[in-house]
Amino acid sequence: MQVTRRQFFKICSAGLGGSSIAMLGYSPTAALAEVREFKLARATETRNMCPYCSVSCGVLAYSIGDKSKNAKAEIIHIEGDPDNPVNRGTLCPKGAGLLDMVHSPNRLKHPEVREAGSNEWKRISWDEAVTRIARHMKADRDANFIEKNAEGTTVNRWNTFGFLASSAAANEPGYLSHKILRSLGAVAFDTQARI
Amino acid sequence: MALQSLDIKQRSATTTSAPSVRQTLEVAKLIDVSTCIGCKACQAACMEWNDIRDEVGSNSGVYDNPADLTAKSWTVMRFAEVELSDVSGGRLEWLIRKDGCMHCADPGCLKACPAPGAIVQYANGIVDFHEENCIGCGYCITGCPFNIPRISKEDNKAYKCSLCSDRVAVGQAPACAKACPTGAIQFGSKSDMKDYAEKRIGDLKERGYAKAGLYDPAGVGGTHVMYVLHHADRPELYNGLPTNPGISPLVSLWKGFAKPLASLAIGAVALGSLFHYVMKGPNEVSKESEREAEKEESQ
Amino acid sequence: MTNHWVDIKNTDLAIIMGGNAAEAHPCGFKWVIEAKKDRKAKLIVVDPRFTRSASVADFYAPIRAGADIAFLGGVIHYLLSNDKIHHDYVKAYTNAPFLISEGFGFEDGIFTGYNAEKRSYGKDTWQYQKDKDGFAMVDETLQSPNCVFQLMKKHYSRYTPELVSRVTGTPKEDFLKICGMIAETAAPNKTMTILYALGWTEHTVGSQNIRTMAIIQCLLGNMGMAGGGINALRGHANVQGITDMCLYSEVLPGYQSAPTDADKTRADYLAARTPKALRPGQMNFPQNFPKWNTSLMKAFYGNAATKDNDFCYDWLPKKDGAYDTLALFERMHQGKMSGFVCQGFNPLASVANKKKVGDALAKLKYLVIIDPLATDTSEFWKNYGEYNEVDPAKIQTEVFRLPANLFAEEDGSFTNSGRVVQWHWKAADGPGESKGDIEIMAALYLKLKEMYAKDGGKFPDAILNLAWPYRIPAKPSPSELLMEISGKALGDVLDPKDPTKVLVKAGEQIPGFAMLRDDGSTSCGNWIYGGCWSQAGNLTARRDASDPTGLGQTLAWGFAWPANRRILYNRASADLAGKPWDPKRPVLRWTGTAWGGNDIPDMRPDAAPDQNVMPFIMNPEGVARLFAPAMADGPFPEHYEPFETPLDNNPFHPKNPKATSNPAARVFKGDMETFGKAKDFPYVCTTYRLVEHFHFWTKHAHINAVLQPEHFVEIGEALAKEKGIASGDKVKVRSNRGFIKAVAVVTKRIRTLDVDGKKVHTIGIPLHFGFKGLTKPGYITNTLTPFVGDANSQTPEYKAFLVNIEKA
Repeated sequence: MQVTRRQFFKICSAGLGGSSIAMLGYSPTAALAEVREFKLARATETRNMCPYCSVSCGVLAYSIGDKSKNAKAEIIHIEGDPDNPVNRGTLCPKGAGLLDMVHSPNRLKHPEVREAGSNEWKRISWDEAVTRIARHMKADRDANFIEKNAEGTTVNRWNTFGFLASSAAANEPGYLSHKILRSLGAVAFDTQARI
Repeated sequence: MALQSLDIKQRSATTTSAPSVRQTLEVAKLIDVSTCIGCKACQAACMEWNDIRDEVGSNSGVYDNPADLTAKSWTVMRFAEVELSDVSGGRLEWLIRKDGCMHCADPGCLKACPAPGAIVQYANGIVDFHEENCIGCGYCITGCPFNIPRISKEDNKAYKCSLCSDRVAVGQAPACAKACPTGAIQFGSKSDMKDYAEKRIGDLKERGYAKAGLYDPAGVGGTHVMYVLHHADRPELYNGLPTNPGISPLVSLWKGFAKPLASLAIGAVALGSLFHYVMKGPNEVSKESEREAEKEESQ
Repeated sequence: MTNHWVDIKNTDLAIIMGGNAAEAHPCGFKWVIEAKKDRKAKLIVVDPRFTRSASVADFYAPIRAGADIAFLGGVIHYLLSNDKIHHDYVKAYTNAPFLISEGFGFEDGIFTGYNAEKRSYGKDTWQYQKDKDGFAMVDETLQSPNCVFQLMKKHYSRYTPELVSRVTGTPKEDFLKICGMIAETAAPNKTMTILYALGWTEHTVGSQNIRTMAIIQCLLGNMGMAGGGINALRGHANVQGITDMCLYSEVLPGYQSAPTDADKTRADYLAARTPKALRPGQMNFPQNFPKWNTSLMKAFYGNAATKDNDFCYDWLPKKDGAYDTLALFERMHQGKMSGFVCQGFNPLASVANKKKVGDALAKLKYLVIIDPLATDTSEFWKNYGEYNEVDPAKIQTEVFRLPANLFAEEDGSFTNSGRVVQWHWKAADGPGESKGDIEIMAALYLKLKEMYAKDGGKFPDAILNLAWPYRIPAKPSPSELLMEISGKALGDVLDPKDPTKVLVKAGEQIPGFAMLRDDGSTSCGNWIYGGCWSQAGNLTARRDASDPTGLGQTLAWGFAWPANRRILYNRASADLAGKPWDPKRPVLRWTGTAWGGNDIPDMRPDAAPDQNVMPFIMNPEGVARLFAPAMADGPFPEHYEPFETPLDNNPFHPKNPKATSNPAARVFKGDMETFGKAKDFPYVCTTYRLVEHFHFWTKHAHINAVLQPEHFVEIGEALAKEKGIASGDKVKVRSNRGFIKAVAVVTKRIRTLDVDGKKVHTIGIPLHFGFKGLTKPGYITNTLTPFVGDANSQTPEYKAFLVNIEKA
C-alpha cells in the first residue's frame, strides 16, 4: 500500500463526510453503485477489416455521431465482427489495439517536404507536393526513358525510377497503381509481398 | 437506470439489505490455460474497452509486460518456463496464465472495504469497484487473497478488472473474452463454464495430463473467473497461483465484529482513526496468522 | 493457401514449421485449436525457438535455422523407405510415373547443366521424355530408373535419420517421432495441414523449403483435401491481393508473366506463355493466356487497344533484368536511380542491411513517402544518435511525405491468405489533409498527363491514352475499380458452341473468366478475380456466413478467387472414379453427370472420371510435380547451408565447396565480402515477429507499445552462462554488416544444438523496433541481415545468418 498515514487522514476527512451518511441509509444518488454506461449504445457501427496480418479479420468500427450533416464521425472503439467466418469476433493484441493505430500521434496530417540537405520538415500544400513530384518524375523520365534497346527492339522502359508498393493497400489502389506504373514505362517496382 | 440492469448482492460498508427477488444468472469467465498462447489480446482489449492506457515501460528480460498489474493494467499475462521431470519427462512447458481479478463468491476486498459502496458484488457474481466512493485506503488489497487491486498514483483510488460489468449488463461478453483468438477465455453461465471445463479436462487427460483440473477454489466460496490447468495439483507452477486461497482471518474479524461498530460512528476523522487502528494493526499480524493457518493445513 | 483459414479445423494433424502461427496469425491459428478440441487433432511445431505456437503443441522439436530441407528430405526418405505413401494418389495425380531425360543427373550437390560463372542452371536435361506427339512419356509401374519416382527415391536415400539429425540438430528420436506422426496421414481418409510463413521463404533456399513440403503433401495425398493443402500464412491483410494485382515488375495482374526484351512481338510473347498439353486430354488451363492478356490490355488502354495495333503490346515496358527489392536497392546503391516512391512501405527497417539501404536512399534525387505514419524511412536523413547516425547536411535527397488514409477511412476490398476477397466500408475521415491511396496515385498520374499533354516529352502515348473511365477523374471510386478488375463484355460474348447464343451482353459485367475472349470483346483488369463483381453485384461484399456442410466453406461469404473456389485442386479430394477419399469430409464427388459437392469444382464440370482429366489443371501435364523443372535451383530440393553457416561445409557434400550454399542464388558484386565467417561470428541468428506487434506499424500504437515496449534479444541459458549475460542486461549483437544493442532475454526456450559435432547456439531477434514510434527508441534489426536472396523469389535471407554477442 502506497498511502502514507498523512494522506490517509486527508482522504478520510474528504471522503467520509458523504459516505458515512450513506451508511446510515440516506443514500444520495451519487453514491449508488452503477455500472458504467455501455458506451456504444448509440454509436454508429461500420463493418471494416483489420489491416494487419493476412487473416484479415472482420472488425466493427464504432464512431460517434449518426452520420448526420453536422456530426463529424470519430472512431471511438473497434472490436471483432462476430459474423466474419474466420475470426468470429475475436481479435489478436494488434487488432484489439487498432484504435490506437487510427489515433496514433504519429499519423501524418499534411504533405511535407524535406529539402536537400535540410534538417527539418516543411509543410506544403497538396498542389505544391504533387506538382513538384510530377516535375521531378517528368524530368527524370524524359532524360532516362529507353525507347529501343541496343538491338533495336522497342522496349519503352523507364528504369531510373523505382516504386515499392504497399501490401496494406486495398486491391483497388493496388490495381490502379499497377496500371499507372506500366503506362509510365516503369519496370523498377516491387512490393512488400516479396519480403 | 443502469443500476437496475444488475442487481446488487453485497455492497461494501453498507448494512442496507440487497434486493433479492429477481433471479439473476450467475456468470463466469473460464480461462483454459492449455489453449492460451499468451498473445495478450486480452490485455489490449481490456485497455481499449476500459479507456485505460498504461505507461510504456521497458523490457526487464522477460515477456511479461507490463511487469505487474497496475491501476491501468487490470490483467496481465504471466509467463513461466517449467520443466517437470515427473510429468512430461522434463520436456519444456511454457505455462502462461492470464492474471486478474477472480471475482470471488466471497470477496475479501469487499469485506475489508470501509468505504460505503466503493465495492459491490452483483447478483450475477461480478465484484466491481466504484471509484467515486473509494477512499484509497488500500484495505481491499489486504483483503484480496490473489493480490489484485492496485491504487492509482494519479487519483489515489483502487482499480481492478470489472469483468466488463458494463458489457455484461447489456448482454455482452467481457472485452477480453470476446477478443481471445484461441477461445482460451470463455464466458457464460457458471454452470455452463463448469461443463465446458470438464470437456477440456477430459481432452487434456487423454493427451497425458493426468492431473488436469478446474481451479475454482473453495476457500473464497468459488470464483467467477476459473482456470483449466494442465497441472491442477500444482497451481503454484503458474506463476504463483495460490494453492488454497482464503480471506485473511482478520478481515473476517473486521467484517464480523468491528465493521458494524465502526458504522455507528459518524465523526469522519474518528472513523478514519478507527479504520486505521483496526486495519493497520491486524495487517501486520495477519502474515503470522496466515503462517499459522498454513502450518495447520500442512499438519 | 491452397485451402483457407477455417478449413484448418478439418485437419487431423497440423504442423507448424517455418512459421509461428500462434504469434503471427492468432485469429487464424484458432482453427488449429478447434481441430484439437473437436477432432482430437495433434499439433507439431518444429522451430529453432520454443514459440508461443509450441506452447500449445502436442510435440515440439528444435531445429537449426536454415536446415529445413534436410529435415523434410529426411521425412521423404522415411515415407518412401517405410512405404507410407498414398499409392493410388501418387500414381494418378503426380508426375511420379513420368520419365525424365536420360541425361539428367545430380553429383556432389550439383544438378546437371550448372554454369558456375553465371551461378545458374541450363535445364536441357531436366525435361520429360516426350513421344512423337509431344506428350510426356510415363512408366505406370514406377519401376524405370528414369521415372520421377525412382529418381526421387534415389535423391532422398541420402537423407538418413542419422545425417538429418547431424545437420539439423534435431534429436534423432524427436525427428523419428514426427516422421511417424506425419506418416499416419498417408491413409486416404487422414489429412495433415502445413502452416508455414516467412520462416521458410526468407532463406536462400526459401522456395525449395516449400517445395519439399509440397512433395510430402503429394506423397501423402493431402492436396485438394479438406484439412490438407499447403498453406502459406501470408503477411499483410492484403498481401495476397497485392500479389494478385502483381505489383512487381516480372508479372502483370493475374500472374501474367510480363514481356522481356526477348519477346520482340506480341506473337512471340503469347507463344512463349501459352503452353500445349503435356498429356492427352488435360485441361492445360494456361492455354487461355491470350484471352487473359487481351482483356487486360483492353482494361488498361480501352479503345486505344485494337487488334491492328497488337492491343498496344509495345506500350508495355519490356524488362531487361531483375528489379526485385534487393536488385532495386542494389541499382540505387550504384547510383543508377533518380527517384523512388515508398507507398506504405518502410524499407530502411524492412530490407536487409540497413546501412546499404540508407546509403542507397541518400543517392536519390527525390524520394516520395506515401504513408499514414511517420516511418523510419521517411526520416532516414535525420540523425537519431546511435540509432541512425547520419549527417543531414550531406544528404541531398529531396524527401516528400504524403499523408495517406488507413483501412477505416476508405471503402475497398482485401484478399485474405485463404484467397477470400472481402469488402470493407469507410467509418470516418482520415486525420488532417490525409487522402486515400487511389486519390494520391490519381493526382500524380493526372498531373503527369497534364504536363505531357501540354509540353510533350518522351513516349507520351501510353500516358495520354491510359483508359480513365472514372466518373470523378481525380477520385476513381473503389467500386468502379473493382468492376474494372472483375471485367465486362465490350461486345456481345457468344457461345463458341452455338454462335447464335449470347452468353454475356455488351456492357454487362462478366460472370467469370470463362467468358473472356482474345478478340478484344472483353475487358478484365485481373482474370483471376473475374466475376467477383458480376451482374449480381459486388460479390466480395456478401455476408451470408451459412455453412450447411459444417466444413467451413461459407461459399456465400465474400468471393474467393478463382471462381469462388475455396479449396484449390479439390478434384484430388476424390479418387479416380470420383468418390471422395474421405466420405466424412467430402469436398467434391462425381454425381454421374457432373462434379458437385461442397465447393466450386476445380475441374471442367462435365469431365467424367473416365476421361482421365487430372486435377492439377494449371499444369500442362495435369498432375502435381514431384519433379519441377521450373525451379531455378534444381528439380528436386536439396539441402544447402545458409550463406552464413556455422559449419565448415555442407555435410551432405563435404568435399564440394561449390555446394556449400545454394549454387544458384544470386550474389551481387561486393556482397560476397559482406558475409561473415563462423570464426568471427560463431552464433546462428534468426529474426522474427512477436504477437504483440505488426512489423513496424504498431510501435506507433500506444496499446501495443505497452505490451512489448522495448527491443530485445533472446538467447539460451548455456550461451548466457558462457558470456556472463543475465536477463535484463544490455547486449551488443554484431554481424559483419553492423551492430545493434538491446536487452537480453535469457530463456530455456532456445536450446543449444549438437550440429555436425559442434555445439551451435542460436540468437533470436524480433524485428519491430526502430527510431520512430511510441516504443522505446531502438536499433533496426535489419542492420544485421545479409543482402542475399532466394534463388527463385529473391526474398532475403533474414532467417539464418551469423552474429557475435557480448555484454554492452
